[in-house]
Amino acid sequence: MSFIENLSNYQLDTLKEIGNIGAGNAATALSKLLDRKIDMKTPSVRITSFDETMEMVGGAETVIVSVFLRIEGEAPGSMFYVFSPEQAEQFVHQITGNEEFSFANPPYPEMGLSILHEIGNILAGSYLTALSDFTLINMQPSVPSLTMDMAGAIISEGLMELSRESDYAIIIDTTIQEPGADKQNIQGHFFLLPDPESFEKIFAALGVDGQ
Amino acid sequence: MNAVNQVVKVGIADLKIATTPDILRTTGLGSCVGVVIYDLPLKLAGMAHVMLPDSTLTRTGELNKMKYADTAIDMLMEKLIAQGARKFALKAKIAGGAQMFSFSTSSDMMRVGTRNVEAVITRLKDSRIPIVAQEVGGNNGRTIEFSIDTGKLKIRTVNMGESEI
Repeated sequence: MSFIENLSNYQLDTLKEIGNIGAGNAATALSKLLDRKIDMKTPSVRITSFDETMEMVGGAETVIVSVFLRIEGEAPGSMFYVFSPEQAEQFVHQITGNEEFSFANPPYPEMGLSILHEIGNILAGSYLTALSDFTLINMQPSVPSLTMDMAGAIISEGLMELSRESDYAIIIDTTIQEPGADKQNIQGHFFLLPDPESFEKIFAALGVDGQ
Repeated sequence: MNAVNQVVKVGIADLKIATTPDILRTTGLGSCVGVVIYDLPLKLAGMAHVMLPDSTLTRTGELNKMKYADTAIDMLMEKLIAQGARKFALKAKIAGGAQMFSFSTSSDMMRVGTRNVEAVITRLKDSRIPIVAQEVGGNNGRTIEFSIDTGKLKIRTVNMGESEI
């Protein structure tokens, strides 16, 4: 039996708090970057099978744009910032003021990709900084990588390390978005997937007892 | 009466066997590899969605045999033969094993696509199953559909269009 099925409610709440702190900081960063109000949804911690993980972003075949980075250091893991191609276009339009960038036909303009890359970098960086400050765990993000493809192909990349240990993933999911339900609004998901051995370190650092 | 084509969905680290006129389908292959083994004259086929190259990589006692290249291919063969497939008639088609993100880190886990492909090819060779077609590597995700009736494997991608092998 893997430890994943044995997490206590208290431990799950601790993981939620991590999502809260990380995404809160990232939302602030995004708000400053775009100079507009950004809200954050209450984080959720989900324990999902691999197939269910893909359902969280609309199924394995859904096309998503994602910034992915590996966290190295004391508590390794994977981190995704996921948004839809339409939202990615919105980002570029809002920052450049140029409405022409589109994900409809490759090759995509370098400038647009570069902006998305940088947004991902800033947001993931602020998420991790907050997390690292909070836990006092040394975390070094890799250089982020940006890609647009099927969700299954992208997200499964973050499942590799933990798949050696378990058929389930623990995902700390936080959504940040502009207020309102308009499709034009900025919205994105943060997924943090700590590697299995990292949970113990995170819990220890925060004074939450293990099993 | 025309038989209806059923689509048999194969999940991640999953494996299914089906007969004509069904279609075996797995979606969103990244570094994972889709392996199809079939006995075309008997219209019998199996598909596995392999996630990791080698069952010795596991860190737990319980082993999900459908997750690893070596154990999944063995299991596919056993199941097919149990259903009446003939060992000598078995052929294979494979797709997937992309590298979705380019990283400068040399972490082994990041090269898992290439390693998956190597492991699948080696295991099929050891089992004397010829690979009649393959589309592997690159850096794009793939959705694959195998028609048991025709023995064709259809590959769909987001950025590179569709192809059939």
